[in-house]
Amino acid sequence: MLIKFAKPSDVKPSEITPLSAYLDRRRFMKTAAVTGAGAALLPLLPNGASAAAKFDDLAKSPYSTDEELTSFMSVTSYNNFYEFGPGKSDPIKNSKDFKPQPWSIAVDGHCANPGTYAYEDIIRPHKLEERIYRLRCVEAWSMVIPWVGIPLADVLKRFEPASTAKYVAFETVLRPEEMPAQKTRLLDWPYVEGLRMDEAMHPLTLLAIGLYGQEMPNQNGAPIRLVVPWKYGFKSIKSIVRISFVENEPPTTWNKSAPQEYGFYSNVNPNKDHPRWSQRRERRIGEFLRRETLMFNGYAEEVAHLYEGMDLNTQY
Amino acid sequence: MTADQGIRWVAKPTVFALCLTPVAWHVWLLFTGGLGANPIEATNRFCGEWALRFLLVALAVTPVRELFGWSALARFRRMMGLFAFFYVFLHLSSYVVLDQFFHWPSIWEDIVKRNYITVGMVSFVLLLPLAVTSTKGWVKRLGGRAWKRLHRLVFPAAVLAVVHFYMMVRVDTREPLIYGAILALLLAVRSIGPLRRRLSRRRRKPAERPAVV
Repeated sequence: MLIKFAKPSDVKPSEITPLSAYLDRRRFMKTAAVTGAGAALLPLLPNGASAAAKFDDLAKSPYSTDEELTSFMSVTSYNNFYEFGPGKSDPIKNSKDFKPQPWSIAVDGHCANPGTYAYEDIIRPHKLEERIYRLRCVEAWSMVIPWVGIPLADVLKRFEPASTAKYVAFETVLRPEEMPAQKTRLLDWPYVEGLRMDEAMHPLTLLAIGLYGQEMPNQNGAPIRLVVPWKYGFKSIKSIVRISFVENEPPTTWNKSAPQEYGFYSNVNPNKDHPRWSQRRERRIGEFLRRETLMFNGYAEEVAHLYEGMDLNTQY
Repeated sequence: MTADQGIRWVAKPTVFALCLTPVAWHVWLLFTGGLGANPIEATNRFCGEWALRFLLVALAVTPVRELFGWSALARFRRMMGLFAFFYVFLHLSSYVVLDQFFHWPSIWEDIVKRNYITVGMVSFVLLLPLAVTSTKGWVKRLGGRAWKRLHRLVFPAAVLAVVHFYMMVRVDTREPLIYGAILALLLAVRSIGPLRRRLSRRRRKPAERPAVV
């Protein structure tokens, strides 16, 4: 039986275009035309803005926030995706040649069903959901993004992890020809991330394949990425090609790059400063005044129990 | 029109206007949405980078003048220095007003705890008396020698400004390293003159002695 969460009368997520996004778009076009850079800027239009496939019939989620969405324009033009360059506008500029299809993910380690799975085979058995989450970057800015995806737990269960699997490790694709910054030594490529098993199986943890009701734009981590809303954004690894069930805490890229600045857990925590800036307040993209950062990015009710008894000041 | 009038009534206003074009361009982008999703961050970065650029331009005036014998350049040195301070001031204001919106506890915490902000703030404090004493009146009041000594503070201020930028970016260090290289070059060129003078003085000494005898 197909359980349909959405009523026919419901507004499809793809139909929601907040006024700010609409205005942003016009303003963007105006700038492009007026500055005479139109020709140069047009190819920068997020690929989602023109031809991306749309998802219909997305299930709503009780985990979604009703906060005002960050505009599509901002979500797809202000990104940290170092594979395409360290600047915020590098990903949208440099990801046009990236080919997110065909795609497959290697599953290995402590599980009953290892192997290489085609993207379609991973997604097909599941009901797609829309999850509107807050995203808090470690750099003290934040967004509200309507993701399209499936709970990671539902996917992981199909691989039947063994009891010896204590952590899940993830790896981003390594394609220096399509991801120009991978030719530099900006970071130790490929990008790797990891979660503790209980974090990976938490119902908030999402395997996302789209946003704003459409396919994931390249600059946001096409075709498939993690979204862990109570952790700093860099934990939500993009363009995943490997999932490994492992016994020990796996290495993570930013921790290797600057261990005193980025820990394995990297839970959003206003009381634990980054060595170079305070995490107490954040700038929500599109707002002028900073707002207070919430413990676990406002998801404390759902996830605080995972860290009971841990000293979050030292295990950050 | 004499050369002096040309500098005074044509060259100086032109350069002055040119020095303001970055601000005009930035304000234009601000009102046309060209600054992207985080215009406050973009503004902060813009002011900081131009502050550093003008600091380097101001420091380049004297070496370039001596190297090429363009004595007229001396008349632009103060303007360049003041524009450097103007952009430094915009940079600091954009941090206090736009980024923090006068949230003094956060600002104080930043100055005390964040090394790169401490370093940037020290650089600002070093530049402040230089801007204040930039007038002819102050040169007279202090006397040329003391004024010159005071204004040597621009060297540590510039070094700290580059360090401030370097510490902030950490991962992608290309830009601050370029500024650092230019600064190092300018400082090196400056030290050639005095060094040569000192060397020639030493060489002259043995020759001078017999003359005294």
